[in-house]
Amino acid sequence: MSSAPPLGRRRLLAASATAGLTTSPAGADTLANVPAREPGAPLSARSERSRFVELGRVPEAAPGIRPVDPVDAINSKTPFDRLVGSITPTDLHYERSHAGVPDLDPAKHRLLVHGLAARSLVLTMDDIRAMPSVSRVAFLECTGNGWENWKAADPTLTVQNTHGLVSTHEWTGVPLRFVIDLVGGVPSATWMLAEGADGAAVARSIPLTEEIMAEGILAYAQNGEPLRPAHGFPLRLFLPGLEGNLSIKWLRRLKFGDQPFMTRWETARYTQLQADGRARQFQLRQEVNSVITAPSGMMRVRPGPVRISGLAWSGHGRIVQVEVSTDGGASWQAARLTAPALPKAQVRFEMDWVWAGAPTGIVSRATDEMRNVQPDRAAFIARTGTNALFHYSAQQTWRISAEGDVRNALS
Amino acid sequence: MRSPRALAVGVLAAGMMSHQPHAQSFGRTPSASEIAGWDIDVRPDGAGLPAGGGTVAQGRAVYDENCAACHGPEGRDGIRDRLAGGQGTLASGQPIKTVGSYWPYATTLFDYIRRAMPYQAPASLSADETYAVSAYILYLNGILPAEGGLDRASLPRVRMPNRDGFLPEREFTAGWTAAR
Repeated sequence: MSSAPPLGRRRLLAASATAGLTTSPAGADTLANVPAREPGAPLSARSERSRFVELGRVPEAAPGIRPVDPVDAINSKTPFDRLVGSITPTDLHYERSHAGVPDLDPAKHRLLVHGLAARSLVLTMDDIRAMPSVSRVAFLECTGNGWENWKAADPTLTVQNTHGLVSTHEWTGVPLRFVIDLVGGVPSATWMLAEGADGAAVARSIPLTEEIMAEGILAYAQNGEPLRPAHGFPLRLFLPGLEGNLSIKWLRRLKFGDQPFMTRWETARYTQLQADGRARQFQLRQEVNSVITAPSGMMRVRPGPVRISGLAWSGHGRIVQVEVSTDGGASWQAARLTAPALPKAQVRFEMDWVWAGAPTGIVSRATDEMRNVQPDRAAFIARTGTNALFHYSAQQTWRISAEGDVRNALS
Repeated sequence: MRSPRALAVGVLAAGMMSHQPHAQSFGRTPSASEIAGWDIDVRPDGAGLPAGGGTVAQGRAVYDENCAACHGPEGRDGIRDRLAGGQGTLASGQPIKTVGSYWPYATTLFDYIRRAMPYQAPASLSADETYAVSAYILYLNGILPAEGGLDRASLPRVRMPNRDGFLPEREFTAGWTAAR
């Protein structure tokens, strides 16, 4: 009883702090306004965010249809306007599914591996977790990231709306190659069907290229913890650098074959209409891309020093350079990468700028280790037309008005 | 000179490395009937199609019961994906992608209905019902006549209007396109 803090003293301190606030001139900063220290909340089993921090994704039903009730959403976007660094917080990794998020019991989940292989296998999650593992930091990007800006730029969009369908995590699991070796190799197979245990049994034909055989992972963990249900618990395929739809979540079947299976997703859905009415098919790689996340859509800047910050990534490998233009693409300066660039992972860039107060546009462009340079909007559209819907990777311009309002623009 | 402890660690490491995993270490061999129960995919050549069949007329009843609420009474004007019409729009400013205007293979229609539809009860239609409703959707697109039907033999032979509308990316399909 005698060790309890005297309540009267606490109240006195609180009262004097309030008094300090009222006697300070408006706007003047004084340490007297910093709240007094006191014992904190008890420890907990899980760390929650500060009550002063608001972070959340935006559920969306189609381009321009947002925010929607999550039951009507087909995807949910990462809040890049409020994130720093290169790794996405686990609960804010973007989400996309085709028949909701199944509630799978790992004890009952099975992976069937069969087809053009020496033998067939049924694997349990205990089997899979007992296999040698590999971990890799890499981005995952929805095939539809950027789809808001194909035909027009809604000036009310934030960077969460325009680019929130890409994220970067550390993924842990079994190398695809190990499982292929387990079934005795697949010398006559050139394709692999990967299928999920979701309501739609989402399935894609994966071409068995050297790259995919070497880099594919049957992942059961993200950022050091078991996959979250939204991201494929208990098991998903992870194919670094390729369109997100290939990285089948809730993975329950791998079937080897000698031709593509032509599922709905690789014919009717994730194919890109060109201007002539024909469509690119199996355009699987996510191209070199970047976006300025601050200042970005719906933010406001004041004349004076402005730190430009953003993210760059490429499905071809490492980012080697990011350049920023503060005059709408007329001239470019090299930005600084704030962390080592990893292959097929997002990396943060920064550049300091002094805004004089005149209207302008700010743009970034990334270059990857294969010397692919992110194209400007005009060059990109000249190549793709405006009907592709998927695989948008043109430079993103944010227009800044004389008042300092930052808005989404095509160029 | 190595200490006994370093030697012991070395022996331990060698012992672990010699424990090479092999097929018998993981999993079990599935039975043929287990595989058949999960092996639901259908390829463009018809591989994977089950026995059975259905007509356009039968498919209309299946459609009205299971599909019309989302996809509209005739495959149009529903709250979800449009299924019919749109032919000739793919090179326009507002392309309309439907089964009839866009899908290259009729087998994909059967595969997709069987694995994913109806949305609230996937895999609830019988093989006959799946053939029938596939036939009805093709009929709505002018691809099958009103008296038409589908079965394992005829479905892969349906020539979809946009069959040649796709350009496979060379990097990922070189071997397959060369073999065609």
